[in-house]
Amino acid sequence: MSILVVMEQRAVQGPPAWSRMSWETLAAGQQLARELQQPVSAAVLGQGVENLAAELTGKKLDRAYLVEHELLKDYTPDTYATAVRQLVEKTQASIVLFPHTYQVRDFLPKLATALGRVAVSDVVAHRIEDGKLVLVRQLFQGKLNVDVRFTGEPPYFASLQAGAYRADQLEAGSAPLEKFTPQLSPSRIKPLDLFREAARAVDLTAAEIIVSVGRGIKEADNIPIVQKLADALGAELAASRPICDSGWLPMERQVGSSGQTVAPKMYLAVGISGAIQHLVGMKGSKTIVAINKDANAPIFEVADYGIVGDLFQVVPALVEEIKKAKR
Amino acid sequence: MKIIVCIKQVPARDSQLRVASSGAWIQAADLSYEINEPDAYALEEGLQLKEKHGGEVVVLCAGPARAAQTIREALAKGADRAIHIEEENIGAFDPLGAARLLAAALAPEKPDLVLTGLQSDDLGYGQTGVILAELLGLPHATIIMQVEKQNGSIRVKRELEDGWFQHVEMPLPALLTIQSGINKLRYATLMGIKKAKNKEMRAVTAAALGVSAASGSIQLSRVYLPGRSKQTQLFEGPPKECAAKLVEKLKFEARVI
Repeated sequence: MSILVVMEQRAVQGPPAWSRMSWETLAAGQQLARELQQPVSAAVLGQGVENLAAELTGKKLDRAYLVEHELLKDYTPDTYATAVRQLVEKTQASIVLFPHTYQVRDFLPKLATALGRVAVSDVVAHRIEDGKLVLVRQLFQGKLNVDVRFTGEPPYFASLQAGAYRADQLEAGSAPLEKFTPQLSPSRIKPLDLFREAARAVDLTAAEIIVSVGRGIKEADNIPIVQKLADALGAELAASRPICDSGWLPMERQVGSSGQTVAPKMYLAVGISGAIQHLVGMKGSKTIVAINKDANAPIFEVADYGIVGDLFQVVPALVEEIKKAKR
Repeated sequence: MKIIVCIKQVPARDSQLRVASSGAWIQAADLSYEINEPDAYALEEGLQLKEKHGGEVVVLCAGPARAAQTIREALAKGADRAIHIEEENIGAFDPLGAARLLAAALAPEKPDLVLTGLQSDDLGYGQTGVILAELLGLPHATIIMQVEKQNGSIRVKRELEDGWFQHVEMPLPALLTIQSGINKLRYATLMGIKKAKNKEMRAVTAAALGVSAASGSIQLSRVYLPGRSKQTQLFEGPPKECAAKLVEKLKFEARVI
């Protein structure tokens, strides 16, 4: 019985570098190792990632695995799923943890299926009950939680949500390095260029106050209602993904995992329910205010102040009050 | 090009969710249902590819009898025919079980391209498409924002984190999971709704496909409201009063106005 953490590195700009979420997953692995009294190891996959593996040997781990192969240089789901499967078979790990990144979403279900298992994706917490692992994940875009248990035989696979565990609780130590060369054949999938769309004209990260609008606004013609609020506060107007998907505001005003990550003095979320993809882009804001008709909306979980009500009545009233306060 | 689009029927987005007294799931009685939003984008992408390259769009859906309404709506938008895996207790299937159902119904169709939404709005595993690709032995790519058909292959634009993208190329047949916002959704026309009534909607059962929920490897044990991590000061009542209270807090407590 042992725990294996599969770290993520990417070479988006320059040489391979860690995906920061990996450290959170590693901290979770160490925590589970203590609670279940099992050894924990970690692995990095790629080509030319010796220096990253060396960094792993400085952590409190049973082993640091360097999984290298020229076919792992550029990510494909075929090669990564096969390489991790072979490592899991070699190490006989019973619990295998991943950061819940876009890349992991792309290959983990394939890997688990090849072994006849189901991965528990996007885990936010865990607890141990009668020596058994219980994982907590979100349903309905964060509106509800659910406890999940594994029923069959290990290995058990899980991916952990960004921010669910704290990288600053990582324990340092000394771990032996072990190299592992998987048997791989070329993928049918050909990765091509990595790119960013044209430079962003709007830099939301520089804004002191952001008024952000979500699905609750109902239609494009209602956008001026929140624009007035932004104007009253001297704020930048931003939006959640569905608003930009619909073309009601340009993509460059999108806050969230696929848009910009902001941390202004005040973030005012109007009609945004607070799916995790949005929350990761703004939960570092100093003061968070939410206006939503649903008192159980997940946005209120991160809000300092909230108004439960109809935004079409609340926002105009708020504009009036702000104008009064600023007079 | 023969395209199969897998769609799921989920509780409508603005549903007031209440946990059932058993704690096993939500109260189903007062819910209305709709197509899972990312699946609507997958359907639209399938329809646009057909319009460009010719062929057929087949909708595949596993769910109880009520899912027929969502399937009809997909036919009204322009899908050519549909397969409904009628299973009252679809919730008993874990993602691998659900994908096995879809794979069993889908394999004999020999599609060139299989499309799914990237995740469901209810369970949100974000796995069904990738599992399905593995079961069918197809190459796949996830979270797709653009699809270009080439000669015997496709070139797609994969969304990554922080505003990054990657082009990926693979041979057909293949499976893609589609991201919301890849295209602009169409509405069903009156003519479309009329035509949908005469389109083929074939029903099959899980039993006939030889797939059961019994062999699941994960189990959902309890559904509940998440706890609050932050002390939120919540105001409820007449909008004007709430607004006044909030502004006072923002001015004198948070000092942001």
